[in-house]
Amino acid sequence: MKNKFVQRLALAASTLLIGGSAFAQVKIAYIDPLSGPFANVGDAGLKGFKEAAEILVNQKGGIMGQKLEFVGFDNKGSPQETQLQLKAAIDQGFRFVTLGNGSGAAHSLIDAVNKWNARNPDKTVLFFNYAAVDPTLTGEKCSFWHFRFDANTEMKMEAITNFMETDKKIKKVFIIGQDYAHGHQVAKAAKEMLAKKRKDIKIVGEDLHPIGRVKDFAPYIAKIKASGADTVITGNWGNDLSLLVKAAKDAGLTARFFTYYAGGLGTPQAMGASGENKVIQLTEWHMNVPTKNTEKFALDFNKKYPGVWFYYLRVNNMVQMVAQAMNTAKSTDPKAVALALEDMRMPVDTGEVWMRKSDHQAMQPLYISIFAKKDGKTVKHDSEGTGYGWKTLASVSQRDSQLPTACIMERP
Amino acid sequence: MSLLNGITYGLLLFMLSSGLTLIFSMMGILNFAHASFYMLGAYFAYQISTWIGFWPGLLVAPLMVGVVGAAVERYGLRRAHRFGHVAELLFTFGLAFLVEEIVHLIWGKVAVDYRIPVELDGTLFTLFDTSFPIYKGFMMLISVGMLVALYMLLTRTRIGLIIQAALTKPDMVEALGHNVPRIFMLVFGGGTALAGLAGVIGGNAFVTEPGMAAAVGSIVFVVVVVGGLGSLGGAFVASLLIGCIQTFSIALTISITDVFAVIGVTLPEGSQVARLTITQLAPVLPYLLMVGILIFRPRGLMGARES
Repeated sequence: MKNKFVQRLALAASTLLIGGSAFAQVKIAYIDPLSGPFANVGDAGLKGFKEAAEILVNQKGGIMGQKLEFVGFDNKGSPQETQLQLKAAIDQGFRFVTLGNGSGAAHSLIDAVNKWNARNPDKTVLFFNYAAVDPTLTGEKCSFWHFRFDANTEMKMEAITNFMETDKKIKKVFIIGQDYAHGHQVAKAAKEMLAKKRKDIKIVGEDLHPIGRVKDFAPYIAKIKASGADTVITGNWGNDLSLLVKAAKDAGLTARFFTYYAGGLGTPQAMGASGENKVIQLTEWHMNVPTKNTEKFALDFNKKYPGVWFYYLRVNNMVQMVAQAMNTAKSTDPKAVALALEDMRMPVDTGEVWMRKSDHQAMQPLYISIFAKKDGKTVKHDSEGTGYGWKTLASVSQRDSQLPTACIMERP
Repeated sequence: MSLLNGITYGLLLFMLSSGLTLIFSMMGILNFAHASFYMLGAYFAYQISTWIGFWPGLLVAPLMVGVVGAAVERYGLRRAHRFGHVAELLFTFGLAFLVEEIVHLIWGKVAVDYRIPVELDGTLFTLFDTSFPIYKGFMMLISVGMLVALYMLLTRTRIGLIIQAALTKPDMVEALGHNVPRIFMLVFGGGTALAGLAGVIGGNAFVTEPGMAAAVGSIVFVVVVVGGLGSLGGAFVASLLIGCIQTFSIALTISITDVFAVIGVTLPEGSQVARLTITQLAPVLPYLLMVGILIFRPRGLMGARES
């Protein structure tokens, strides 16, 4: 009896060993909040990466026969913790990291990566940014070791204000945001661009609230209401957006919300019927954009992870582009991968993603959509089981959100 | 409208802090894990609401939290108590982390979908064309009801009498044949049950997620300190005060420059400080208030003792 057990154990161990050597893995460290107020956001991202790596890369032959794997590192959303987690990842042999949540954490990571690479030119690390949208990351602070796969705040605001320019019903705008780099930049970009495009629009109010700490948005909503705003612009995400929309619903606020992040991560659930024809988002994709493969991918994903809804098409794009860069470079050396990624044009489900060489900013088609009742036609799928989904109002071509860059890149 | 918002927020704060101040005044224990019991209340209520609905949960969840609290007192705190106050403090501090990890393990790190019951989802009345949701009215009702019940219990019943006596003269009460440790256990259980109740009705009004305890943990202490350690009435007044301060300061649009202008000081134009608005300062104000109170009136608004 005991013997058999030992035998089995030995067998299991040997398969593991053989499996390990035949399938050396390309590992990417996913450094994002996996606990704390934004744990849900980080959790959904990690699941997205794992699924994308499995379906889009590993089941199609992997990277030069190797498997692509994502491993989570919890930075608790904090810039300091991000550096510690980067250190931990490097110590464990990771050469690629990805991070998306919080520009503060992204700044901290880009600094740490630059410093590390300067000191360890033989063991460089590459940073793939899938969601931190601070324009300076591909502007003044741009780095050869950083690639961004999401449109940045200014590009998104460019698309949103282009859309607002044509809507003459908009007269009074209120800007509300989280009190950190991202919230400030959304407000700044909105004010500058609206002043240029629509001089008649009045900014009737502007508020910043502490990130992740406000439980009751009722007083903010009361203020928006008192200002007489017909449109609200917000860069809020996670619980800060859900709670904001929830409070707007409770107070019966009728203004429309232009958002960056209403499409996922629990926000549609929190909005429900109250968001109908009121909440507008700008994204690189939503469930009702006609696509070849992504629709099925998303449906399968939602079935596999009940309660988490597929949200980040850019995660899929990033995984495909990174895998292709490694395959083209025939190397998993960060510098070779970076050089292969530069200027890459990747056909994806919504068109083409182009990684601009001058600043490492991805250019891609975007969609402006509004929360509307599921009708089986233009709103074929609902969002997060709410009975409401996203209806495309306008599509923004890759060219239309391109802005000049202030990046002067130092190349190794 | 701001006043109403302030009062509802204040009342929720009161529900949270009443248990804390009760436990402190009765047992002299500063319970750092208090907000964790609030979170447990929300999660229990969510679990029960998925099985048998919201209304049974409203009753059962706080009781369950109370039982957990009583067990913590009986098997944990009572032992820690022998080693003095520092041991107690550290014990509750560790407990807070423990509860958070347990919640992670059972319910995951993501927010759960704990919803307001359909009966309470809607508009109660409309004031200056801003609607006031039924659920907020319900929250106010519960917390005021709780205050009255608590007051009656402590001052008008035999149990309340014994509890109050046990606080100041535990030896005498014990000599009279009452089981003082059991009274302490009941008080601790009761205090945590109150936090649980706050969780039950706060969890679906806001978001039920593992970070919710940390989010309210510090503000509860502010309430208790401002109100006066151990004073129920003080906690009530302080909760309302803080609720109103926060909502009113959000409603104001003046900047720091304007405030300083009133007292005749001009701030340098364009500096970081000068651009701050009162709204941005809103979250800091309760803490400023606490510091002020500690300096000028260390026993709090209605505190009974100086300690």
